[in-house]
Amino acid sequence: MSELSATHFLLLSAALFIIGMVGVLTRRNVLVIFMCIELMLNAVNVSLIGFAWELHQLTGQVFALFVIAIAAAEAVVGLGIVMALTRRTDTVDIDELRQLRE
Amino acid sequence: MERTVDWLVIIPLAPLLAALVNFLVGRWWIRQQAHWLAVPAVGLSFLVSLVAAVEVLGQHHVLRQSLYTWIAAGDFHVPVELVIDELTAVMLLVVTGISFLVHVYSIGYMAHDPGYYRFFAWLPLFVFSMVMLVLANNFLVLFVFWEAVGLCSYLLIGFWFRRRSAADAAKKAFIVNRIGDFGFALGIMLIFTSLGTLEYHEVFQSIPELSTGTVTAIALLLFTGAIGKSAQLPLFVWLPDAMEGPTPVSALIHAATMVTAGIFMVARAHPILLAAPLAMGVVATIGGLTAFVAATIAATQFDIKRVVAYSTVSQLGYMAMALGVGAWIPAIFHLFTHAFFKALLFLGSGAVMHAMHDELDMRRMGGLKRWMPLTYWAFVIGAAANAGIVPLAGFWSKDEILVGAWVAGVPILTILGLVAAFFTALYMFRAVFLTFHGEPRFDPHEIHPHDPPKTMALPLLLLAVGAVLAGFVGVPPENGWLHHALEPVFEGAKHHEVPLALTLGIAIASTVVALAGLWIAHAAYVRATIDPAAMAARLGLLYRLAANGWYFDLVYQRAVVRPLDAFATWLWRNVDIAIIDGAVNGVARAVAATAQLWRRLQTGLVANYALVIALGTVLLVGIYLAFGSTLFR
Repeated sequence: MSELSATHFLLLSAALFIIGMVGVLTRRNVLVIFMCIELMLNAVNVSLIGFAWELHQLTGQVFALFVIAIAAAEAVVGLGIVMALTRRTDTVDIDELRQLRE
Repeated sequence: MERTVDWLVIIPLAPLLAALVNFLVGRWWIRQQAHWLAVPAVGLSFLVSLVAAVEVLGQHHVLRQSLYTWIAAGDFHVPVELVIDELTAVMLLVVTGISFLVHVYSIGYMAHDPGYYRFFAWLPLFVFSMVMLVLANNFLVLFVFWEAVGLCSYLLIGFWFRRRSAADAAKKAFIVNRIGDFGFALGIMLIFTSLGTLEYHEVFQSIPELSTGTVTAIALLLFTGAIGKSAQLPLFVWLPDAMEGPTPVSALIHAATMVTAGIFMVARAHPILLAAPLAMGVVATIGGLTAFVAATIAATQFDIKRVVAYSTVSQLGYMAMALGVGAWIPAIFHLFTHAFFKALLFLGSGAVMHAMHDELDMRRMGGLKRWMPLTYWAFVIGAAANAGIVPLAGFWSKDEILVGAWVAGVPILTILGLVAAFFTALYMFRAVFLTFHGEPRFDPHEIHPHDPPKTMALPLLLLAVGAVLAGFVGVPPENGWLHHALEPVFEGAKHHEVPLALTLGIAIASTVVALAGLWIAHAAYVRATIDPAAMAARLGLLYRLAANGWYFDLVYQRAVVRPLDAFATWLWRNVDIAIIDGAVNGVARAVAATAQLWRRLQTGLVANYALVIALGTVLLVGIYLAFGSTLFR
């Protein structure tokens, strides 16, 4: 086993990102999609931290902290929208929610 | 001598303010009280004009007030200045004085009209425009207010715009005037391009520098404007139709504020005409023909207001004739006296209409004398003054014009004028006898004619006094007070020594023809020794010619209106609908069709959108890696 390098971080990050993306594209439950988006955000975090570790600079870690903070804010808004949606339409199926098209 | 003062601005400002206030808040606040603003404003304007006129006419000062510079572009300056010389002073008195009486009259006449406030907004605006027109010091300002007068006439003729005929008459007045104004504008442009200035004095001083051809062109173009505004042949057709407006408006247009503008403008521009003898000949000929043609038409009309309207056209013809033969002062003199008796005649016929429930046809009147003595006497005085019966106003001024034509060497115009004078007496007294004498031709049980209320009676009385006395400002002929007052303005004009025998001879001739007209009218409509219908039948074609206004309207309808109408319809069908609308609608249809195609992409499935975003990102990154970066090279 070779030493830990940026490549490992990036491979993990890419794997997580693709899992998240596939989840967003294929799942129909709003909550699951939402979690998948969080997964994609955290995949980005992993790659940022990987670079910070590789380059011995704190910038990447600070960036990751910002992303976490913004993700929290986004979660509040996003979950609020999901709540409002489920109250109005009584469903969490994203394919049912296509009023804008009609 | 010239004096600069700062109070001249009151003359136009007072009516303008009244008009603005009535226009802006009249509908909500002032309504039936609108006259409390308009009447005193015009009254104030009259008083200030009177003060100015006393100084100008008495001491021969020229009063001047600079307001502001309207245009300052390089060498071209157009200052807005108010200048009162002798000619303007006389015009101001006529305009504001008659307008004031018409305003007072309108209080009674227009009472209970739903547009009362609107009426008392347009009426002072009309006065404002006309006052500015006569106060102007250069051709551009003159032109602006010339147009403003046209606008006001449009608004007031079409005052009862819900009535189709009134709206049409307003449009007709506006459009016919526009034809004349087009020539007028060209004339002003020609003055500017050839002299580089528009200020009266500078223009008149540099006239000798111009070639005769240019001056003649300028004079004719300016006169084209007067043909439209002062209702001369062949553009007089709008004036009789303008009767669709309320009667006070007719009085205002005919006596004070509109049709006199053309005569005034030509008199103002007399140095230009003096340098263009050919143009003078045209003016005189058109004037003489107008006087004659309109008088014959008036003798065949049955609508009381149309009789008076054609009589205005005829009297304006006299004035134009006077201008054309260089009798400038008699022209202004006639304008002055005409203002009184024509306003009187209109307000008188307005009183008749008021009493007869808006009946205009004289064939359904008759015998009104016994119910409306005041109106009767006022109307008779106006008619006699118009017909030129000694010693009323019209006699003095009309005679002077006829004498002027004779001494200028065109006796044919004098004779034409005398023939027109015969018809004048005929149609005026025909109107009097048909309306006021004989047996009533309406049902007296249904209509109870009565003299008008005080606000209407007072202007009638004052105007009647004016119609009797106004002529004496020009007595003795050629040497009266008015002649001396106006002399400085028309300094350059030739002065003819008129032999007494000629003056007397023409006076006697015109009196004889006037009495002949009166006698025939009396014979036909009172004593019934002549049957008017048989007379009309015997005249045949001639009668039909006059009764139909010499077919001017018909010719215009056939030769101008219909071809233009057809052309406009063709343009509408083939250009407007086919090309312009086609292009616009075609673009819209193309956009809609494309959108119909693309809307299939909008599935409404979030997953699809996300996929497209992801693929797009991959594509962009791929392009970058392939072409933009050096990573794989």
